Amino acid sequence: MKWKRIKTVAKKEFHQIKRDLRSLILAFALPSLLLLLFGYAITLDIKNIPVAFRDQDHTQKSKEFIREFEESRYFKVKGGIYNYQKMQELLDKGKIKIGLVIPAGFAEGIYSGEEVQVQTLLDGSDGNTGTIGSGYVSGLISSYTLNVLQGEKKFLSLKPPLDYRVRVWYNPDLKSTNFIIPGLIAGIIMIIVALLTSLTFTREWERGTMEQLLSTPVKPLELIFGKFIPYFVIGEMDVIMVLLLGIFVFKVPLRGDLYLLSGVCLLYLLGATGLGILISVLTRSQLLANQIGWLATFLPTFLLSGFIYPIFNMPKPIQAITYLVPARYFIKILRDIFLKGNSIVYFQGEVVFLVLFCLAMFSLASLSFKKRMK
Amino acid sequence: MNEEKKQYAVEVKDLVKKFGDFTAVDKINLEVNKGEIFGFLGPNGSGKTTTIRMLCGLLIPTSGWGEVGGFDILNESEKIKANIGYMSQRFSLYQDLTVEENIDFYSGIYKVPKMIKKERKEWVLSMASLTGKRNHLTSELAGGWKQRLALGCALLHDPPILFLDEPTAGVDPSSRRDFWDLIYQLSQRGTTIFVTTHYMDEAEHCDRIGLIFQGQIIARGSPKHLKTELMSEKVIYLECDRCLDAMVFLEQEEKVNEVGLFGKGLHLVVENVDLALPSIQKVLNKQGISIIKLEKITPSLEDVFVSLIAEQTKKLTQTK
Repeated sequence: MKWKRIKTVAKKEFHQIKRDLRSLILAFALPSLLLLLFGYAITLDIKNIPVAFRDQDHTQKSKEFIREFEESRYFKVKGGIYNYQKMQELLDKGKIKIGLVIPAGFAEGIYSGEEVQVQTLLDGSDGNTGTIGSGYVSGLISSYTLNVLQGEKKFLSLKPPLDYRVRVWYNPDLKSTNFIIPGLIAGIIMIIVALLTSLTFTREWERGTMEQLLSTPVKPLELIFGKFIPYFVIGEMDVIMVLLLGIFVFKVPLRGDLYLLSGVCLLYLLGATGLGILISVLTRSQLLANQIGWLATFLPTFLLSGFIYPIFNMPKPIQAITYLVPARYFIKILRDIFLKGNSIVYFQGEVVFLVLFCLAMFSLASLSFKKRMK
Repeated sequence: MNEEKKQYAVEVKDLVKKFGDFTAVDKINLEVNKGEIFGFLGPNGSGKTTTIRMLCGLLIPTSGWGEVGGFDILNESEKIKANIGYMSQRFSLYQDLTVEENIDFYSGIYKVPKMIKKERKEWVLSMASLTGKRNHLTSELAGGWKQRLALGCALLHDPPILFLDEPTAGVDPSSRRDFWDLIYQLSQRGTTIFVTTHYMDEAEHCDRIGLIFQGQIIARGSPKHLKTELMSEKVIYLECDRCLDAMVFLEQEEKVNEVGLFGKGLHLVVENVDLALPSIQKVLNKQGISIIKLEKITPSLEDVFVSLIAEQTKKLTQTK
């Protein structure tokens, strides 16, 4: 292997990338765009659930009860009190997710200590919001009930039998962006870098330039490393871009070591570039390379990496497949460094897997590339 | 080195290339002397490109043996690659690089020493008359310029052997002539040139020719040798006033094997000139076509090839 040839190939590749609009957009516009788009769109926090009341009691107590909802950041009370048909219509149209019916005799029941039933109508077609919303409603009702009980003198000494105290570690506000952004970063780097790289060999086959190249004494490894360099450098810029966005725009706290973070990012990037080169070596048409590229990056990094769907929830055979997905390891490492501030001791296994992935990609690529035509 | 002793720049024995059931190259034998221009001729799909790709180490032969520049084509293809220049049929430089970037790329790949790198680059630029266009994108160049740039890039490392696969296909006549002037210059400096073409006038420029048809070499030798020795039939040149009519009538005459338009007149292929001439005159007189010129001539290469290919086709159908 001669450094001079590697350098020559790298330089040529840079010239080609800088003149290729598709590559430039893919390399420099898409990563930030995807992160912003997905970062704002994918949120698992539920706030401002639209809710409507049908107040049949019309007392001070019932209004006080509604005010509890108005003051909560989880609900947004749609103005006006509606009759039953109106409420059904709003649910049908999706204007509200929850409808609450306060029965006549609500205040009276509270004072007399009789059981009061507050009917809750839930839109179950949006399962996630429904479940979480019903949880919020029951939480709010029980705390309201407790307040009412304690407000009455006769129940002054009453205390709930179990006192439930939660302290959330690593992400005290349970902000979902804090764990979604690291996952997105892993996904975006993999998709962009692998896709960008996946065309580097196929383009030469398709355009006929490979034939000329094969007639020269250039060695397969010189070609592979020469082509690897520019994509790795662009990948580094992408990594820096998305990390900065994550930290400064999405305010994901970085509690761990910056150098450690840079190190593992480079390792992961190496693997992503290697995957791209492997796809490129194995295909002879740009269209096919592109399709394989999407398939090999998008699905696994988003579905099989534990990015949103926890791996321990998956059926065993699918769990087995996730071991082949580098993003699985990288997302764990990113969450460790960002949120937990962990040192490498906590994820050395993952680092080993990433190293193995890189080695596998580059050895497969160099074994598959033959300096011959078919 | 043993290279010095070798007489041949290219030597091939019983070379075969099969793609599945199809035999593209069928047991060919070839020798190309050092420093000569060897023209490899044949119709499309006859196995020219496949042969050239095997010689350049781009394809692995199915069987047979061959040496290029003293290196074995099976086991030493990478050594061959350092000693040859290759220009493929399809233009295969980078269209999205500038002229200069293409040159720099190939001179880096061929590891042209730093000391002579600049000199070689200027030589290629002036050879291809691209000095003023060094910063132009290659895709913007016209056909003839592209060909010369491709030739230049294949010559950066000053290879002793040059393989050109239909280098002038789709290039205008004056650019073609310029291109052949370059090839002569290279040949005079001692470069061996192996060139495929289907232009007959280009074939005349070659020192020696090999004719390949359906994967087999059916004739070899200098253009002169082919024209005088290899054709069993004779050629008569006829110039007359209604050539196209004459063509129709003479095609029915049994003493005339072939009729072909050639320039202003017709080439008539016959077994025996003395027997054929009177019959030809008879036919033309009967139709009232006046003869301007009627004489036996040395066949052109085209006559020879058409006749050889016809002969070979007959042979093949007979054996079947």
